Amino acid sequence: MYIYDDYDQQIVDQRVAQFRDQTQRFLSGELSGEEFRPLRLQNGLYIQRYAPMLRVAIPYGHLRSDQVRALAEIARKYDRGYGHFTTRQNIQYNWPTLESVPDILADLAKVQMHAVQTSGNCVRNTTTDQFAGVAHDEIIDPRPWCEIIRQWSTFHPEFAHLPRKFKIAVCGSVEDRAATWVHDIGLHVVRNAAGEVGFKVIVGGGLGRTPIVGAVIREFLPTVHLLSYLDAILRVYNRYGRRDNKYKARIKILVKAMTPAAFAAKVEAEWAHLKDGPMTLTGAEIERMAGFFTMPAYEALPAEDAEFLRLRTENKAFARWVERNVFKHKQPGYAAVTLSLKATGIAPGDATDKQLDGVADLADRYSFGEVRVSHEQNLILADVKQSDLFKVWEAAKALGFATPNIGLLTDIIACPGGDFCDLANAKSIPIAEGIQRVFDDQDYLFDLGEIDLNISGCMNSCGHHHVGHIGILGVDKSGSEWYQVSLGGRQGHDASLGKVIGPSFAQDDVPGVVKQIIDVFVEHRQGDERFLDVFDRVGIEPFKARIYQKERAHG
Amino acid sequence: MVKTPHIVKLDRSSGQYEVIANHWLRVAEGCDDAIPAHTLLPLKEWLERRDELLDRADVGIWFAPDDEPEALGADAARLSMIAVDFPAFTDGRGFSIGRLLRERYGFEGELRAVGDVFKDTMYYLKRCGFDAFEVRADKDVHEAAKGLNDFSDAYQGAVDQPLPLFRRRSA
Repeated sequence: MYIYDDYDQQIVDQRVAQFRDQTQRFLSGELSGEEFRPLRLQNGLYIQRYAPMLRVAIPYGHLRSDQVRALAEIARKYDRGYGHFTTRQNIQYNWPTLESVPDILADLAKVQMHAVQTSGNCVRNTTTDQFAGVAHDEIIDPRPWCEIIRQWSTFHPEFAHLPRKFKIAVCGSVEDRAATWVHDIGLHVVRNAAGEVGFKVIVGGGLGRTPIVGAVIREFLPTVHLLSYLDAILRVYNRYGRRDNKYKARIKILVKAMTPAAFAAKVEAEWAHLKDGPMTLTGAEIERMAGFFTMPAYEALPAEDAEFLRLRTENKAFARWVERNVFKHKQPGYAAVTLSLKATGIAPGDATDKQLDGVADLADRYSFGEVRVSHEQNLILADVKQSDLFKVWEAAKALGFATPNIGLLTDIIACPGGDFCDLANAKSIPIAEGIQRVFDDQDYLFDLGEIDLNISGCMNSCGHHHVGHIGILGVDKSGSEWYQVSLGGRQGHDASLGKVIGPSFAQDDVPGVVKQIIDVFVEHRQGDERFLDVFDRVGIEPFKARIYQKERAHG
Repeated sequence: MVKTPHIVKLDRSSGQYEVIANHWLRVAEGCDDAIPAHTLLPLKEWLERRDELLDRADVGIWFAPDDEPEALGADAARLSMIAVDFPAFTDGRGFSIGRLLRERYGFEGELRAVGDVFKDTMYYLKRCGFDAFEVRADKDVHEAAKGLNDFSDAYQGAVDQPLPLFRRRSA
C-alpha cells in the first residue's frame, strides 16, 4: 500500500481547508449555487434526489483496515449506517448533510483518504484489476503506475476543467479485469520483445449514451514517458474536445471525429515538445513507488493444504463458495477471496458500518490488513492462506458476505438508480432484487455458469449495462419507467457492446424477460457452454422470437 | 468593454502580490485608426497589424478560449502584455493557452486572466503561468487573492515550479 509522506498529507489537509472555506462561502451566499456546483463536484459532492451524496475516493480500489474502519465510522457518524461501493472502486454515502462534509473530509484525511476529483470534469480515480499483485496471470503489477498517475492527476492545474469527466484504467495481467477498453484512457502494462516494460495506450473508449470500444494509439510507450504522454493526450483533449454539447464532450467523440489515426498524430506532435522534459519519470521514482507494493510476508506453504481439501470434499456449500468466490493466487498456499456484496434483497454494493468493521477485522486476521474493492462492487481479501479459507468462509457467512455467486447471474452490477440518483430515469435496485428472487435456486445458478448481468438506471451507464452479457437500461417514457434489454456485451480484451433485443419492458416484466432469456440459452446450450458462447453461436433471433412472441412489449 | 477597477498582480519570483488599479482596456474589435496606449486587441486583429504593432509595448493581445497560441508563435517573446479570457471558469482551455505561451513561445510579459476569475481559480491560474488576475467586479478582490496560496506545493511540474514533486522529494 502507498503510505503518505508529509507532502501528501499537506496536500489533502490543505484541500480540507479549501473545501471548508468554499462550503462556508456557499452557505453565506458569497458563492452562488452555479459557482459552487463544479467546485463541490470536484470534491465528490452531489446534491441528490433526497440529500447530498458524497463519493469518497478509493485509489485503485485499495484500502487498509484502519481506512475501512474509518469508512464505517463515517457511515455511523454522518450517514445512516451504510455506504455503497461503486463500479469505479469508490464508496458513496447517500445521506450526509452539506454542512458536515468538511468534517467528513477532515476525518478521511486523518487516515490518508480524500474525495478529490471523484466527480466533475477532471481526471477521476484511476482504477485497476482488483487482483493486482496477486493474480496468477499477472505480467506486471499495475499499482505503482496507478499511484504515479494518481499523483500526476491530483490538482493538475491545466486539466481541472476539461470538457467532460476523464477516466483512466490500468491493467497488467493476461485477462483484462479493469475494463480498459471502455475507458477514456486504458493502459496495458506490457513487455516488448527486448524485455522492456512499457504501456500499450488505448484512447477513446467509453460507455454512456455513445458506447465505443477504445482504439490503440500507441503499441509501446516506454515507462519513463508515461506522464509526458498523458499530458500530451490531455492537452489535445482539453483544447479540442467539444464544449458546446455535454453529450458530445467526452474524448471518445473527439477521437471518433478526428479518427484514431489523426488523433494519435496530434498527440505525437504535442508529445514531441514534452518528451524528455521534467515530467519524464526517474528510475528513483519508479523504484520508490514499486517499493510500496512489495509482496507481503508470505509463509512458505505447500500448494495444496490437506485440511482445506478435506473440508472442500466434505462440505458442498463450502466447495461451492470456493469454486465461485476464491481466486487463484500466484503464491503457493494462498488464495484471493471475494466477499460478495450481492446478497438477494440488499442493494448491490451496499455495506453497513458493522459489515465494514467486520471486514476490517477479517483483513487484520487473515489478509495482512488490506482490503480491495472490485469494479463489480465486491470486496476482496487478497492474501488469504488456503488453510484459513474455511474460517474466512464462516466469518463471511456471519457478515452476510458469503453468497457463492461471483461471476454468476445474481452477481449483478447496478448503479444506485432512481432510488437515490438525480440523473436516473428509472430504478435499478428493485430490478436487481426482482431478478435475484426469480433465480434463488443455487444449484440452477451454478449450472447456468458465468453470466454478467448489469443494470444502469440511465444512459450515463454507471452500471455498465453495455458490457453485460445481459444488459438492462432504465429509460423514461413519458414519465414512466421502462427497461431496455441488450444481449451479448462483454468486458475484457474482447470487449464489445451488447445488442438491444427490441422494445422496452415495464418493471414488473423484467424478471420474467430475464427468465425467458435464460430458458432460450438452456434450450440451445451444448454441454457446458457459457451463455456468451451460445449467444455468439445462435445470435439474437431465438431470444427475440421467444420474448416478443406475444404482445407484452409496448413500443 | 469596461475596465474593472482592480487587478491582483503577482510577483512570480517572490510570490508576493499587490492589488493595483487596472489601466488596460480590452476591446472586442479594433479600429482602423491608431491604437491608443494600453489597449488589448483580439488576437486576430493584432495579427492583421502585426508589423505595425510588434514593437509597441503599450499594446497587448487578448486570447479567446479557441484562439491558438501557435498563431502568435515566437512573437510572444516580444510582447509585454497578453490577457486570456475565461468566459466561464469551467472552460479550461485558457490554462493550456497560458502554459503554451510561457513554456513553448517564451512569453515573459504580464499574463493576465480575465473574465470569470475569482478566488477558486487563482491557484491553478498561477501554476499555469498567470501573474495578473482581473477578479470579477462583484467579488472581493482581497479575499480572491488569498486563493493564490490555497496549496503550498503540488505534484506536477508546471510554469511556477517546472520540477515535479518526484524530482524534489528525494532532495
